[in-house]
This record gives sequence, structure tokens and C-alpha cells, in this order.
Amino acid sequence: MSFTRPTFRHPGIQPNEGGYSRRDYEGLISTLCAGCGHDSITSAIIQACFELSLPPHRIAKLSGIGCSSKTPAYYLGKSHGFNAVHGRMPAIATGANMANHELIYLGVSGDGDTASIGMGQFVHAVRRNLNMVYIVMNNGCYGLTKGQYSATADKGSRSRKGAANLLESIDLCEMAIQLGAGFVGRSFSGDKEQLVPLLKAALSHRGLSFLDVISPCVTFNNNPESTKSYHWVREHREENSEVDFVPFRQTINASYKDGATEAITLHDESVIYLHKPQAGPSITDRRQAIDTLEDHKAKGRLLTGVLYINPDSQDTHDILNTCQEPLNSLGAAELCPGAAVLAQINEAFR
Amino acid sequence: MNRIERTNDFVIRFATVNGSGSASANNLFARSLFRMGLAVSAKNIFPSNIQGLPTWYEVRVNDQGYLARRGGVDMVVAVNGQTLRQDYASLEPGGYFFFDSSKQLPEDFTRGDITAIGIPLTLLVNEAFQGNRQAPLLKNIVYVGAVAALLDMDLSMLEEGIGRQYAKKPALAESNLKALQLGYSYAREHHAGVCLLRVRGGRRSDEAIMMDGNTAAALGALYAGATVVGWYPITPSTSVIEAFARYASRFREDSSGRMRVAVVQAEDELAAIGMVIGASWNGARSFTATSGPGISLMNEILGLAYFAEIPAVLINVQRVGPSTGMPTRTQQSDVISCAYASHGDTRHVLLFPATPAECFELTATAFDLAEELQTPVIVLSDLDLGMNEHVSLPLVWEEGRSYQRGRVLSAQDLAALEEQGEKWGRYLDRDGDGIPWRTLPGTDPDRGVYFTRGTSHNEYSGYTEDSGEYVKNMQRLILKWETAKLKVPQALVQEGASVNGPGVICYGTSCPAVEEGVALLEQNCGIKPTILRLRAFPFGPEVESFLQQHQPIVVVEQNRDAQMRQLLINECGIAPAALLPFTLYDGMPIASRDVFAGLRQLFGDCGLLELNSLPRQGESV
Repeated sequence: MSFTRPTFRHPGIQPNEGGYSRRDYEGLISTLCAGCGHDSITSAIIQACFELSLPPHRIAKLSGIGCSSKTPAYYLGKSHGFNAVHGRMPAIATGANMANHELIYLGVSGDGDTASIGMGQFVHAVRRNLNMVYIVMNNGCYGLTKGQYSATADKGSRSRKGAANLLESIDLCEMAIQLGAGFVGRSFSGDKEQLVPLLKAALSHRGLSFLDVISPCVTFNNNPESTKSYHWVREHREENSEVDFVPFRQTINASYKDGATEAITLHDESVIYLHKPQAGPSITDRRQAIDTLEDHKAKGRLLTGVLYINPDSQDTHDILNTCQEPLNSLGAAELCPGAAVLAQINEAFR
Repeated sequence: MNRIERTNDFVIRFATVNGSGSASANNLFARSLFRMGLAVSAKNIFPSNIQGLPTWYEVRVNDQGYLARRGGVDMVVAVNGQTLRQDYASLEPGGYFFFDSSKQLPEDFTRGDITAIGIPLTLLVNEAFQGNRQAPLLKNIVYVGAVAALLDMDLSMLEEGIGRQYAKKPALAESNLKALQLGYSYAREHHAGVCLLRVRGGRRSDEAIMMDGNTAAALGALYAGATVVGWYPITPSTSVIEAFARYASRFREDSSGRMRVAVVQAEDELAAIGMVIGASWNGARSFTATSGPGISLMNEILGLAYFAEIPAVLINVQRVGPSTGMPTRTQQSDVISCAYASHGDTRHVLLFPATPAECFELTATAFDLAEELQTPVIVLSDLDLGMNEHVSLPLVWEEGRSYQRGRVLSAQDLAALEEQGEKWGRYLDRDGDGIPWRTLPGTDPDRGVYFTRGTSHNEYSGYTEDSGEYVKNMQRLILKWETAKLKVPQALVQEGASVNGPGVICYGTSCPAVEEGVALLEQNCGIKPTILRLRAFPFGPEVESFLQQHQPIVVVEQNRDAQMRQLLINECGIAPAALLPFTLYDGMPIASRDVFAGLRQLFGDCGLLELNSLPRQGESV
């Protein structure tokens, strides 16, 4: 079952620059468990798209299978959506993106969908630096099949069932950095203030923007012994910087606390400002980014924020040198060499 | 001693070592025969290996235009020590054993019914090309020259071929021409008149081409406007994509030097098919090429595409089963796995090309069908068709032929619908033929948006787990399947002696062997069955009426389990006893002699043949 939202809104609500109301970015009412972290991410996605004034119909939302992959029904009701099969969202997104590079591709996946069954597709979509936002709603367990550990569950972490996870966990952010993603960030579903600007920056970056969002499973994995619980994440989280995303042609009007500010200009001239308590490792250095993650892990801390950006990365279309027009807009006139050419081809085989 | 004496009608088998450069020499030989105007068929029999294992190249010339593999070998060119004994034994009585006499034959090579022809290939080459690094390669050209002399063949066509091949490398052309002449002169001098096999130039057809099916399929996809390719390398399909990419680099570059195509090498076949349906969902024409193991991996997404009704074109170049080794041999053994690929109730449209011209035509058609029917279409080629060069009618693209893009609503269409007060539904059967209308992402800000998912949707693509809605949708998919029966290419009938007499059903690469086998049956046994050449699944009404009309019917195919026969029984509700299986599945391209023998046996068992036309005990055909 799915439930539509009431359409009534306060008449005083202001539309965004594109003339869209927040309602235009919403979807159906969520059927996930009450308190599920995924719903907060849904809400952050709606907020980020609204704030960026993206035309909803120019976004394609895709997902795999799992609790997380159900969420596209709950946001962007005016966007085409594709609920694929388990672990195969990246390939579908790749094909879709190849067909039309002008749309924004927003892929949502879970830790099971990405770190286990879809690991191959995740890895290679990142390697190709596909121009998309790839969000993993990471709760360390399989919710829809009732709480089995996933490959991102930390070693020693205990879910509600009590037995400790004995296997090493996979750090998807570290992998994404190593594999050449252009933009890598980690956040927490419980921190909308961080998540919304991160999403906005990710949506504006050209190339693969990977966001690992720790999103507790309130039903199976939210006990204090779980490292994916609200409690644990709040206790152990460390923000590497305050993120501010400034779209193209806008000026900063916020004031910042003392510290160091790193500004990264994206492909479309938007700027990401990272405000750090003190000058730290550069976010555009791949090796430093991985070291920083490992350092925090060693200290038992969960590092969040923008972890790595390569503002000059080439996306799949750049690499393949495809044409300006979307491939799905081309017709026989551009694509078919015609009968006369075929006659020449035939001749070469005589 | 008896020597086979025939002009323009024999089989030569080259037994060589792979990776030794023999392939291009053998190809030069076969293509030269073709250019002399002869009906030639060439079969490359190769191992799963890059260098060092045995490989064979079988060339058949035929004066009646038959293009199937015949079976039997009249001359073997034995230049591979590893298989010398096997090659010696494979010769027909009266045949010719061409060997490298630089080394003596083993003493027990004592067949009295064949003629041994020794040419000291290694010695000749070493002497003539001392210090030339190309010497091992040139040895292949020396045997081609010698064979040409033995067959009393005009050298000019071979020389022309070498000239074409090395147009940009004159030094190589020179040494190759020298090697050719070397073998030719030696054989002339030492073995004049020994071989009674002859070639005589015929009238060259202005029309025919000699091409491999994979190149033809690639061109079909290029002409049909494919722009997105997701693929994973697998023999024998790899050359489809390689050829596509090669032609695309010639014909798909725009004025700014950018490509009107995206060829993405995937991480596996799961991703390859995922890319195809992602692109097709988004309105590009997209395809993949693969083989049986790839189809197995693609099963899950094929089911999704079937239920979500997304076009997809797959070219399955079939081969022998799993793993490595025999998989570089040909078979038609993915019929069932493709017809019903995936979980749940699924059926897929299949096309069965038999020639390169059909590989081109049916691949192009596959794109139209996939979009018109909004479903995957699988072109079932095979290793024999895909990787061997076949003499074929030319590829044809009618000027002005347009793409049939199927039911896609534009923003204007959507506005017009709304004006008429009509509510669009992604899975709504508006036209009564089971085919719905779709929209592409990004079409319109306010209309036509839908959410794509597998089975759990109603007519308006809303999520539902309602049983009634599910059954209704499944019934519509069956109606769409019925519509498909009238849209797919029809089966072709070659009339026999009687409108309700015996019949033979074949498809793909079995067809040339069946046509010849049936002709042999008529000549030798006096019966002429009607042939039905299947070109597509689902089976159209013409197939149903053939099954009703003819009796008995033999289904000839290259797999163990008579898969097409099973499909016919299953889909057409025909009694199993009415369809007799005849299967050849040893991995070799099907041979007309074997088909003839099989048909004679089966029709004989049915009491259709006079006793005296049946084979006597121990007689071979």
C-alpha cells in the first residue's frame, strides 16, 4: 500500500527561485518504521532539491532493493523513478545517464544493496565516475529480511538480537575515494544541518558524488551496543568541518566562527566552503583523505562531512568523449549511415 | 589407386597450430575462392587458447551453391605435428594427405587408400627466408601456394588478395608473394597431376558478400541507431561489439570530433544488461552482445525488463555450455533458456538469423520490435554464424527506412490527452492489443511522470499488491504476446512435393545443411519434404498451420535436448509424437551429409521410404 500526502499547504509558504513549492519535491507518505533514519534522509533530499530550485522533472531517481530503496517513492513525486532489482541500481543509472546526460541522476541504495550484492556495480560506477549522486542509507543491517548484519556492520557491533558481528566491516567512503569518486562525504540522518548542504554540494558536483549516510534502523539495530545506533553515532561522531554550499552566482552571507576555511570551486562555478576549527588536511588530496579516515577509525571516532573532492574529475561522458546532444535525442538522420554507405561496406566484403 | 576426382566440389581441411598465423593464410585461400566466383564455406574450429593448441580450418567448395559444411575431408593440409595421426585418419578414401616432408612421416602411416603429398615446407621457408623474422608466418603462405598448384588454381586471385592485405606494407607484400610462388612452384615441379581435385573460376556474383555474422549484426545495430552499448567480453560474441565500435568510430563522429555513441565495457553481464535497460528506459536504443553464460547472468534483469516493459536488444551468439574449452565450439543450445529467461512467468521474443544478411536485418528489426513491444528481444546467432565468414546476400538498408520507436508520448501528446479528459496510465491497455504507452524521463514538468518497478503496479504504475490488479496485468502481458505473434518476422516455407506430406523444421545455422540434406533426400530417396525455416519466437499462425498440415515432421537442431521441438510442443499444443527430433550437438558446424543421413533414417522409420533407398548395413553416406 502507499498513501498520498494531503496537498494542503499554508498559503503563505514561499516558492523557490524556480517557482516550485516544497510540495513539488515531496512524494508519497513513507511506509517505513516510525523513527527510521531513512525518512530523515528523504526529508533532507526534498529540502536540498527545493533549495537548489531543481526542476523536479529533470531529476531521475533510482534505487535497488531494500528499505532504503523504497524511499524514492517518498520524495520527488514529479520525477521519473526506477526501483530496480537488488544491487543493480548503478548499472541502470549508468545506462540511463549514457542515454541522456542532461538529467540529474539521484541513486539511493542501502548497505546490503551496495556493500554486498551490489558491490561490483558500486565499485565500477565509481571507477567510471558516473555523473550521479549515489546515496547509501547505511544502517549496518538488512531491515526487510529482519535484521541480519550487512557488510558495513562494524566488527564487534551488536544488533538487537545480541550476537556480535564477527566480520570486518567495509568502509564505503574509503573505497570510493580509492576508486576515484569525484566527491565523497559521510553524514548522519540525525543531522539535517550537515546533510542538506552536503546533498546540495553533491548534487552540484559533476562526477560520482558518493554519500554514506549513517541511518539507524530503529527496529533491528538501534540498541546502544550497535555502532549504527542513534546513541552511538551521536556519541562518537566528529564533524571535520562545517559545510556551506554556495550555488553559482550567489554570495556568502553567513558569518563564520574562527578557524580555517577551504573553498572548492566546482565545475559549474558553485563553491563549497568548508569551515574547520583549525587548518587540517586538505580535502582535495586523496591520500590525506584516506589517512584522515583511518586516523579517526583508530581513535574510535566516526568522521563526517565532506571527506574528499576532486573538482576536476572527468565523468563517464568526458571519458567516452560523447557528443553534446543527449544520445536519446538523436534520430536516424544523425545515426544511420544510409544505403550508399552500406553499398560501400558490402563492396569491402567482396 | 583410387583418387577423388572432382572439380569445384570438395572439402579441404587445414590442420594448424593456433597463434601461428595460419588463420590469415587460410582466410586468404577461402576468400580467393570466393572471388573466383565459387560457392565456398569456411569453418574455423579453434580452441580456448591464444597460442599453441590445435586448430582446423575447413574449406568447402561446391558447384551447386550449397553453403553448409558437408562432412568428410577430401584433402587435409597437415602442418600440425600434434594432430598428424588424427588428421591422417580423418581423410576420405581416395583423399589427399598434404604434409610437411621436412620430417618423415611415421612408419605406420600406411593407408593404401589415400595419396600422400609431401612438401618440405620448413626446409623451403628456412632456405628462402633465412634470418627473416616473418619466416614462421610465411610457411603458411607457402602451403597456400602449394595447395593452389595442386588444385590447378590460378594464382592471380591469391596475389591480389595479398596485395590488398598488405597494401600499406609493400615489404611484407613482397615476401608473402615470394612465399606463395615458392610453394606453388615446388608443387608444380614435384607433384604435377597427382591431385585430381580442381578449381575452375566461375562467374563472380556482383551481389554476394563474404562476411561473418557478428560484423553483420554489429552493422545492423549501427544502422538501427543504437547509441548505448553495455557489454562484457565473452567468446564468441566479443567481435560483435568490436565491430560495432570500429564502425561507430567511422560513422558516429560528429563535426566536433565527439561520438554519437557510448560503448561501456561493463564489469559483468549483470551490469551490461542493466545498462541496456537503463538506457532504453531513458529513450536511447541500446543493446548488448553475449553468449549463454552471459544470458544466465542476465536472467534477473531480463525478468525486470519483461515486467516493467522496457525495450532491450540482446545478441546471443550461442556456444557450447559452461566454462572453457568446448565453449569455443558452436551450438544452438540456449533456445529454452532465452525463451523463458528469468523468474516468474516470462516469455521473450527471439529472432533466428541464418545468414549474415539476416544477422543485419534481424538485428535492426530487433530494435523496432523491442520498442514497439516494449520488451527484450534476443537475436539468437551462434558461433558458426557469428565468427565464420559466410557467403551471403548483401546487407540491405532501404533508403528512407525509418525507426519504429513504438508508443512514446511527447509533452504535446500528454497535453492533448489531458485536454480530451483522458487519464494516461503507464500500463493501461488503451489500444486493446496489450501494448501500453510510455513516457521518457524529463518529458514534461507536470504530466507523464511514473515510477518504474517490477510486478507490483497497477495500470497507472501505482504501487499495489492487489491480487486482482496483478492478474489483470499478467493477462494483458499475454495479450501483448499474442500481438507479438503478428509482428515478428514470419517463418519461411520451402514447398516440398506434397502439401500435406512430410516436413522438416529448422532455424539458424541448421538451415543450409537442412536445405542440402533435403535435396539429397530427394535425389537419393525420392521424397521431398516441405521445409519450414523458423525466424522468430513467438510462433506465428503460419507455424501453427504448418504443424497442422504436415506429417511427420522432423525438427533439426544443434543441441541435445531438441529445445526448439520442446518449445513448439509447449507453445503450439502439439502432440509430442508428431514432432521427431534430430539433433547434432558435437560442437562442429552441422554437416549436410549428417542431416541427410538423419532424415533418411527418421523418414525411413516412418515407412516413408522405399526399402532400396535405405542405407545397407555398414554403408556410410
